[in-house]
Amino acid sequence: MAAVYPLIFAALLFSVGVYGLLSRRHAVLVLMSIELMLAAVTVNLVTFWAIAGDALLTGQVFALFVMAIGAAEIGVGLAIIMLIYRNRASVNIDDADLMKY
Amino acid sequence: MSVPEVVMLATGVVGGAAALLVVTSRNVVHSALYLVVALLAVAGVFLVLGAEFVAWAQVLVYVGAVVVLLLFGLMLTRAPIGPTGQGNELGKAMPLAVALAVFAGLVALIVTSYGGEVIALEHVPPAALGEVLYVAWALPFMTLGFLLTLALIGAVVIARREEGEGPLPEPDPDEPEAAEASPPDSSSWPQRQPEPTPDEREVSA
Repeated sequence: MAAVYPLIFAALLFSVGVYGLLSRRHAVLVLMSIELMLAAVTVNLVTFWAIAGDALLTGQVFALFVMAIGAAEIGVGLAIIMLIYRNRASVNIDDADLMKY
Repeated sequence: MSVPEVVMLATGVVGGAAALLVVTSRNVVHSALYLVVALLAVAGVFLVLGAEFVAWAQVLVYVGAVVVLLLFGLMLTRAPIGPTGQGNELGKAMPLAVALAVFAGLVALIVTSYGGEVIALEHVPPAALGEVLYVAWALPFMTLGFLLTLALIGAVVIARREEGEGPLPEPDPDEPEAAEASPPDSSSWPQRQPEPTPDEREVSA
């Protein structure tokens, strides 16, 4: 199988994640965009493992690691969003500007 | 075209379309449900590439846990679940330009570097991955478990209701849109009524 298919799929997922991260202001949607970008990274890791054929399965193991980090990030991120919501009554990231200036 | 290529193209098209719908859908709950489709497509790509355990872990962790967590987050933060206004202060043209530039750059890089590369597909059963994961990668794996535990404890500590932190007061019916229309300065933040400490409760009783 040609290697470009999964790689271009990953590039598409990553670009869509970048667009969502920059264009949406609902904080949970921003987290979802980050999830898309992490998924693109795992696709890349597995694809490059398939190209290189590593005996230690490094690409697959690191894909699992990225998944675990993503799960931890979602947990902490949602906790922060809920804290902002409790204090500001808003999940709009443009409203969370206390440390901006 | 071989069978794996057809499957890969099909999952790629479905996953890409679902990912686009995640970031463009006006309803946030619909975005979360499209995210399920996109992540399932990623799991399908893993299956085609032969990484069986990673594919099922993707289904379990992301589709099973993360999306449910996101939906709970949407539910617990109540508004605005319905259609939300598009765009933030960056507008829409700038993010689109950045995303297209990233995509064009990545595709050019991929095609020039791996244009003729062919993957010899090889199926790795979960048992083979487990033998590597629990021997060669044992220490990083345990460190990862420790990090996950810390992250969960941290999430609980962050989201816990602090002393004196109560539910927000009902919005003032006279000016319902005031907080939404203009980002509030510090004087217009919703004021919370502190919960009575045990001492105060005793005094009032």
